[in-house]
Amino acid sequence: MPQPRRLVQGNEAVAEGAIAAGARFFAGYPITPSTEIAEVLSGRLPQVGGHFIQMEDEIASMAAVVGASLAGKKALTATSGPGFSLMQENIGFAAMAQVPCVIVDVMRGGPSTGLPTEPSQGDVMQARWGTHGEHSIIALVPSSVRECFTLTVQAFNFAEQFRTPVIVLSDATVGHMREAVELPTPDELHIVERGEPDCSPAAYDQVVSTVDNILPRPALGSRFKVHATGLVYNRRSGAPDTGTPAVAQDLGRYLREKIYRHRDDITMVEELEMEDAEVALFAYGSVARSAKAAMRWARAQGVKVGMVRPITLWPFPTAAVEYMADRVRTVIVPEMNLRQMAWEVQAAVKGRAKVVDYGRVDGTLIRPDEIEKLIEKEFHYHGFS
Amino acid sequence: MRPRPTAEIRHYLRTPKTLWCPGCSNGIVTRAIIDAVVNLGLDPDKVVVVAGIGCSGRTTAYFDFSTVHCTHGRALPVATGVKAADPSLHVVVVMGDGDCAAIGGNHLIHAARRNIDLTAVVFNNLIYGMTGGQMSPTTREGDVSTTSLFGNIEQAFDICELARAAGATYVARGIPYSYQQLVTLIAGGLVHKGFSFVEAVSTCPTYYGRQNKPAEPSEMLKLMKRSAVPAATFKEGAEFRDRFPVGVLHHAERQEYTQAYEEVQRRARE
Repeated sequence: MPQPRRLVQGNEAVAEGAIAAGARFFAGYPITPSTEIAEVLSGRLPQVGGHFIQMEDEIASMAAVVGASLAGKKALTATSGPGFSLMQENIGFAAMAQVPCVIVDVMRGGPSTGLPTEPSQGDVMQARWGTHGEHSIIALVPSSVRECFTLTVQAFNFAEQFRTPVIVLSDATVGHMREAVELPTPDELHIVERGEPDCSPAAYDQVVSTVDNILPRPALGSRFKVHATGLVYNRRSGAPDTGTPAVAQDLGRYLREKIYRHRDDITMVEELEMEDAEVALFAYGSVARSAKAAMRWARAQGVKVGMVRPITLWPFPTAAVEYMADRVRTVIVPEMNLRQMAWEVQAAVKGRAKVVDYGRVDGTLIRPDEIEKLIEKEFHYHGFS
Repeated sequence: MRPRPTAEIRHYLRTPKTLWCPGCSNGIVTRAIIDAVVNLGLDPDKVVVVAGIGCSGRTTAYFDFSTVHCTHGRALPVATGVKAADPSLHVVVVMGDGDCAAIGGNHLIHAARRNIDLTAVVFNNLIYGMTGGQMSPTTREGDVSTTSLFGNIEQAFDICELARAAGATYVARGIPYSYQQLVTLIAGGLVHKGFSFVEAVSTCPTYYGRQNKPAEPSEMLKLMKRSAVPAATFKEGAEFRDRFPVGVLHHAERQEYTQAYEEVQRRARE
């Protein structure tokens, strides 16, 4: 039974996606442009036996999400830049203690209070490196209302599969935009449930996760004794051990490898018109919508422009960018920040193509005609073929 | 409440060793928590201890309950998430004075305001021990620390008064010297349905004692005993200067947060 088409806002779609994914706990603090996610979930969660709590700040919100996830509930929070900064402390704890959870950052202009509440993509590097210390992270970037739903579901699945915090990087445009969508029905969704280790508590002490077999974290209050810590711990016993370099190295490597060795499964990229493209647009989130319009315009002029849209931003889809670089002479990277992802693209392109960056930090969306001008310039320089 | 034999207490410890200094009273408070749990006959699988960072936070590695050693000052909001997600759990929150009254002060007043059913036990040794003896919000005026070399000029928090004013419905203070009373006070917090706050005034001979005297662990405990006055006989005034009340300081009934939320769930489903 397909769902009827209805007009849904991006933030509402995130909230519905969370419910569909099995999230039963939300803790948050009001901040524009993310607040609708909290408002919708404050009504929806108690209907499905879940729990919504408004905390005293974003530090406490992220802490409560960690606590609820440790107690066995799929949990999320939603915020924007200033709150995302405050959450970094406990995002780091979730990465270290391997606590599955989802953080939705609806990006607005920054730094600090910045541009409340105009769109931005200024937090893309913060999503990767916002918390201190070596760690891995997964970040997904929706560019439509439907993706706000599907990527929230996917974020929960990745969080459970890899026992990690996952960040959904929305922005003020995508979050506040309304589109007529058919949201997926429950039977169309693949949901990764929170499992329990498939062994006795005594045997649990003898088993250890490997990169290819990540055991679920037993819940507090289950038959397993749990110790979750932000200290470096021995992966076998779970006990803190800060005096053995080999233990710290093993944990540090594992926390990276459990995600990076699965990057082919995690990185999602949409390619459009790339078969014969001479110039590629590399764009994500709301800017990808403008880029797509610019690409259609260029094709209508007979100009060979394609597009690569990363849906997973972290881990960075290096392989897809390398493949792109081998086929085009120029990659244009429009983004609502000043070169944050363009640097990353440049690193993956390794000089095989020219990288043109185009950034805006004025709180206005990059329009299709701006990207069209960049395309025109590129083909004017090289001559239309 | 009768203290349980050491052999029985040991059953609830993961390791016989701690990193605490000789003469530290954290071990006594840790034992008192186990004693209270055992005396009440709580299912150990349903006891969760959440602690922050500092000497007190290390208890999580010692208790053989389910334990969370979270970030500095954030034990209360983490515990709030645990309790809200699974109200069947007995959640004990261990904090130090810096944890509870400095970096986590905002979380303390809000947990108390919500009256969520957590049992907070604060190891208040009046100093930052783990980092080597800096002043904390409970360091008394005039006390010397490595960051108040000429005497502390800031007024100390009375954390029990703070918790009570913020809405805690069970507030008690005990001392390691009076072990049996401390066990009873913690047990009272575990039984109470609402936010319970138990201050365990404790001693740090290494960093507080050496800088402020007496430095001898047993002398520190004796001084503590002389300073502690039963709550019923304690009065404000010169006679009780440098003294503090011990016992149950406040006990009230008010709707508990997770129970109130069940009503929210019921209304939402209508």
